[in-house]
Amino acid sequence: MLPIRLARFGIRSVAANCKRINIGSLSQVAREFSSDERPQFPGSRSQWTEKLEFIRPDLYDGIPVYRVMDRKGKVIDPSQDPQLSQEMVTKMYKCMTQLNTMDRILYESQRQGRISFYMTNYGEEGTHIGSAAALDPKDLIFGQYREAGTLMWRGFTLDQFMNQCYGNVDDGGKGKQMPVHYGSKELNFVTISSPLGTQMPQAVGAAYAYKRSQNGLCVMCYFGEGTSSEGDAHAALNFSATLDCPVIFFCRNNGYAISTPSKEQYRGDGIAGRGPAYGMLTIRVDGNDVFAVYNATLKARQVAISEMRPVLIEAMTYRIGHHSTSDDSTAYRSVDEVRYWDERDHPISRLRNYMLSKGWWGDAQEKEWKEDCKRQVMTAFARAEKKLKPNWKEIFTDVYHEMPSHIREQMKQMEEHVQKYAEHYPLKNFTKD
Amino acid sequence: MMLKNAFKYVGLRGISTSRPASAQLTVRDALNSAIDEEMERDERVFILGEEVAQYDGAYKISRGLWKKYGDKRVIDTPITEMGFAGIATGAAMGGLRPICEFMTWNFSMQAIDHVINSAAKTFYMSAGLVNVPIVFRGPNGAAAGVAAQHSQCFGAWYSHCPGLKVVAPYSAEDAKGLLKAAIRDPDPVVCLENEIMYGTAFDVSDEVLSKDFIVPIGKAKIERVGKHITLVAFSRAVATCLDAAKELSAIGIEAEVVNLRSLRPLDFDTVMESVKKTNHLVSVEHGWPQSGVGAEIVSRMVEGPGFYYLDAPPVRVTGADIPMPYAKTLEDNSLPQGKDVVRVVKKILNVQ
Repeated sequence: MLPIRLARFGIRSVAANCKRINIGSLSQVAREFSSDERPQFPGSRSQWTEKLEFIRPDLYDGIPVYRVMDRKGKVIDPSQDPQLSQEMVTKMYKCMTQLNTMDRILYESQRQGRISFYMTNYGEEGTHIGSAAALDPKDLIFGQYREAGTLMWRGFTLDQFMNQCYGNVDDGGKGKQMPVHYGSKELNFVTISSPLGTQMPQAVGAAYAYKRSQNGLCVMCYFGEGTSSEGDAHAALNFSATLDCPVIFFCRNNGYAISTPSKEQYRGDGIAGRGPAYGMLTIRVDGNDVFAVYNATLKARQVAISEMRPVLIEAMTYRIGHHSTSDDSTAYRSVDEVRYWDERDHPISRLRNYMLSKGWWGDAQEKEWKEDCKRQVMTAFARAEKKLKPNWKEIFTDVYHEMPSHIREQMKQMEEHVQKYAEHYPLKNFTKD
Repeated sequence: MMLKNAFKYVGLRGISTSRPASAQLTVRDALNSAIDEEMERDERVFILGEEVAQYDGAYKISRGLWKKYGDKRVIDTPITEMGFAGIATGAAMGGLRPICEFMTWNFSMQAIDHVINSAAKTFYMSAGLVNVPIVFRGPNGAAAGVAAQHSQCFGAWYSHCPGLKVVAPYSAEDAKGLLKAAIRDPDPVVCLENEIMYGTAFDVSDEVLSKDFIVPIGKAKIERVGKHITLVAFSRAVATCLDAAKELSAIGIEAEVVNLRSLRPLDFDTVMESVKKTNHLVSVEHGWPQSGVGAEIVSRMVEGPGFYYLDAPPVRVTGADIPMPYAKTLEDNSLPQGKDVVRVVKKILNVQ
């Protein structure tokens, strides 16, 4: 079979090349026969052309946005409905709304000076729950920082969230990390790291370890469209492809990197547009459609594990909240713009409409759940706030597996000092030995 | 990064100008056998970096490993230090024990975020939940004729940071024992080798050649016993001190040479014990003076009881406080040499 001569480059020529690879034993013959016809440069798999032509980035429409439901929550093509049980969908809905409620309480508590920092997940609940629900709970998650919903789906309790944000004695992180930097070995969620993008090559490394152990699991790596401008993102995407790692790159394209809108972040076709260039399977989904996210992640997981290759998902969504409590987004975007997404295209209302149409949910249930949810959050919040801080000596632990003598010496000095001047320190707020 | 090809050339030149192999083990072979033995011992250990596989490493430290262990455990990476340092860090989080080779530590500046902010701090930030058993290694310090961007000691940089362990082998014995200890260590370890020393052969005992040989991290070694003055150094500067000690011995001054071996944790007890005996202290390093390892040694000596054991102010002998020049004469004179140490010692001891 002779290679197809293409008038234009771009996506179609990639597809044509894939076809060529798939013809198996014939391809060797074809290569010999056509060696004059095809460039033989190492690393090249393209055609000759005698036309002086630059590739125009605007030659083709962007990669389409896969969706299951329309904005009203109506399934468009029934074959795409994942047919999840009422119980499962209700759990998804409750998790999305509970995340929303928790965000409101913790955001306010930062505003009142009770905790130092917080980041809300408003508007992106669909990307969290849709993707987390499609994963195996044992798949390892590397988050960026705005993926609390995935942890909540896996069973991180309200108490655990609150304890972390307060850094109290029951915080699994022993009060060492700033708020929202959750981590749970039990739930296979790697502790959040602040520098942007470092989780991406690390996810590839972990996926490489999974590939070697052949444990039937994959690694899920969340990142934002802003992070994809970091050098780490390039390294990670490229390596995952060259090392054939079972990793899903899940981009939450929420329109803003703090104040930088996505139109200033890149000129190409978003993040998904880069996938084929790295040799990765790629899809763009409506991140506010929890079923679209679920379907895409489920399929991506299958491919990642069965074919040992990375998959890129770009979930289009909108960050309704401020970037963090250190940000005031009214300085760079209009209230009307935010209102549009909050009122017209919200993942929670879309799922609620779906449930209403199925007869799985009603006003009475909504009211009851809202009250119940708020009560649960407030109770956990009050409990966490009252708890003591961890023993202050914990500041010296976990620097190394075994405490070296110079750190032990520091601890001893502090012990003596604190003992001597006990009345100057709020020791009653800290757990004793 | 830039000048990598030039560096390979320098690496090869390093081999051709090595001392005659009158002894049993070169630093290069010591590092190579340390990695080989640990890969054999623990399936989780693997090495990654630029050129480490088929090419056997830019400095041939991974010689033969790709043939023996294959693509799965000896991985050539695309050229991005931040990328493969991040992947190695993630692999360690995922349960493997990576050895991440930087072609030289100079290039690790691209990757330092992963080394410091991820590898060194994750165990603490996760309150002991996630550990990162990883070794970052490669040649450190000045090579020869490769100027400012390739001739720098990172001892002070990395040893500044809690969460990391930092070792700096001088001899073949150090190289083998410290690297093996680093690979087995549950914490992230930075291994600062010296390119000029790679081809140097050392006499080693059968014990060093054994597969169980380990040099504990955080313990210094007295390389030469003396009673008049203590010279403290690490890596190639130990050779500078030994040269000086030999010369001083001819005029009746017996210098004790302390090879730090580890920069973090730093074995200050050994330094202190030595100074109690000699009452004089000189630190020698090839890095820069400000906030250097010597600054740390001298501070620890004078800020505590050690001060009272000193008969004269301690002195630092360091590299010149300038980016490394290219011209050979200038380069040679920008680094401490035996004669500089001799001069300082004579001055401190008031010997003409």
